[in-house]
Amino acid sequence: MAGDLVLSGLTKRFGAFTAVDDLDLTVPRGAFFALLGPSGCGKTTTLRMVAGLEEPTAGSIGLGDDDITGLRPYKRPVNTVFQNYALFPHLDIFENVAFGLRRRGVKEIRRQVEEMLELVELVGYGDRRPAQLSGGQQQRVALARALINRPEVLLLDEPLGALDLKLRRQMQIELKRIQTEVGITFVHVTHDQEEAMTMADTIAVMNAGVIEQRGAPAVLYDLPATTFVANFLGQSNLVAGTILERSGEDLVIDAHGSKQVVPVKRSRVADGEVWVGIRPEKVFLARAGSETDTGANSLRGGVVTDVSYCGVSTQYLARMPWNQELTVFEQNTGARDTFAVGDSVDLHWQPSHTFVLDARQDATAGVEAEETG
Amino acid sequence: MTRTGRWIGRHLVLFAGFLVLLYLFTPIFVVVLMSFNDPKSRLSYEFDGFTLRNWQDPCQPFGLCDAVSTSLRIGLLATVLATALGTLMAFAMVRHRYRGRAATSLFIFLPMASPEIVLGSSLLALFVSAGFGGVLGFWTILIAHVMFCLSFVVVTVKARLAGMDTRLEQAAMDLYANEWQTFWRITFPLVFPGILAAALLSFSLSFDDFIITNLNAGRTVTFPMYVWGSAQRDIPPQINVIGTAMFMLAVLLVLGGELARRRRSR
Repeated sequence: MAGDLVLSGLTKRFGAFTAVDDLDLTVPRGAFFALLGPSGCGKTTTLRMVAGLEEPTAGSIGLGDDDITGLRPYKRPVNTVFQNYALFPHLDIFENVAFGLRRRGVKEIRRQVEEMLELVELVGYGDRRPAQLSGGQQQRVALARALINRPEVLLLDEPLGALDLKLRRQMQIELKRIQTEVGITFVHVTHDQEEAMTMADTIAVMNAGVIEQRGAPAVLYDLPATTFVANFLGQSNLVAGTILERSGEDLVIDAHGSKQVVPVKRSRVADGEVWVGIRPEKVFLARAGSETDTGANSLRGGVVTDVSYCGVSTQYLARMPWNQELTVFEQNTGARDTFAVGDSVDLHWQPSHTFVLDARQDATAGVEAEETG
Repeated sequence: MTRTGRWIGRHLVLFAGFLVLLYLFTPIFVVVLMSFNDPKSRLSYEFDGFTLRNWQDPCQPFGLCDAVSTSLRIGLLATVLATALGTLMAFAMVRHRYRGRAATSLFIFLPMASPEIVLGSSLLALFVSAGFGGVLGFWTILIAHVMFCLSFVVVTVKARLAGMDTRLEQAAMDLYANEWQTFWRITFPLVFPGILAAALLSFSLSFDDFIITNLNAGRTVTFPMYVWGSAQRDIPPQINVIGTAMFMLAVLLVLGGELARRRRSR
């Protein structure tokens, strides 16, 4: 396709360690694409290979009709916003932004730089040095310095990692606005799942050098393909179960003695041992023995072990008879019961919110990784 | 503590600092003073009277200005050679992984760690056994000076280079600068303060050196050797003129550098 970034069979090994393993990925032109994964998953290495700063061990990188695999970094129509910005400390802001244009011998540099400083709201900062700017301002200079070259692809390597939370939220919206305005393909590497979901229109979740799943944020969140995605992107309750039979468009699954119904298309496996997955906010908490909606899945016999009040919602932990703790988020709308530690509860949810994963996968994959992020 | 107590405490530190400065600057002050001395006898170490004659004709003592000129030429050449070589070595040692890198680092330190008198005498032995015994002079001094300046240059430039983020160069390459442009636009300007410091250090080491120079000089006389030689008989006040001029030049250089730095960061 015209202008698409295509990685095929891309592999990078450092000695015996495989950082990126036979990666196939197509980033459509104009997309805001997020590569999401824990540190050390190979996402930055992938980005550096696209930029030309790292040489692939195998595979190829295509941009539109051109194979750019072997090109030197300065020959690629690709620019990077580096993790710690890498602004040139001995040049002022104007010269930092103008650097790419000067190297390519472009005319009318002043006008373009001023336009770009306007876009990132740094008019009047041209004669300052990078060290005189705040973190957020430096970040925008780094963005302007890359964007001014109108690259076909803009690579962003954890560009907001060094900013505090409030500024990060602000810059997320800003980045999204700028991307819509300039229409350049953005490939954004991050370990922050919330950042990826807010900004990107497509996310590829990466783990141990391979892509676990790619798709729109809502699709990935709603129907994760692996336990890693289920845990890394948001939180999930994964309950062990066995597929009993298929009935029409549904699967009937036994989970610790209670029958769960799940649409066939929401299951990754057709029979055998599975993980029955449900997002904590999709679960309704009810007093033990209460009636359920017809057709709802339920797990009974839980005891509340922890209650955390978070303002908009309350987070409960319920210990089930098989000694697993499940997480439930209840919106504090005032319409629902509240519970205290020690209360006996049942858990209900809609079959259409359930997802089913292969039990051979590790149920805790991606859990710690998300906490350290 | 009372307010007066604190006042005394604060100013006690100031007073101690003043004493230390006095200790440091008294010798320099004496040099400046003696450059205006009008000695009554040739062996006078006392200030006998004020005159500007020494400054009007600093080359009056026989051989003094030849010695200064020799020292300057050796100093400048040794600085250029040692700085160029040492900078290249520092780049190799910081930027490249090769067999024997750790050993190189160690060997680079050895000349700094060895006593000068040992270095000087072994160099002399080397020169003589290599058949240069008859031509000791300008070139053997130069070789010796480049040798001992090199270590200091490597260490100084290496420190600067190691503190430099290689991502800056990657960023430049990412922004369409080829290897050559990246070096001259990014790497060199950022490492330059280190190279400059190394060059200044080299020059003052070379200009100052007596021990190694004296052993390998043959019949050539450098400024420190001239001073040493004349100290056996008398010290012409013109030596103080040269000393004061060198000192003023160094102060001007430092002041100029500081001013330039302030203007840049404003």
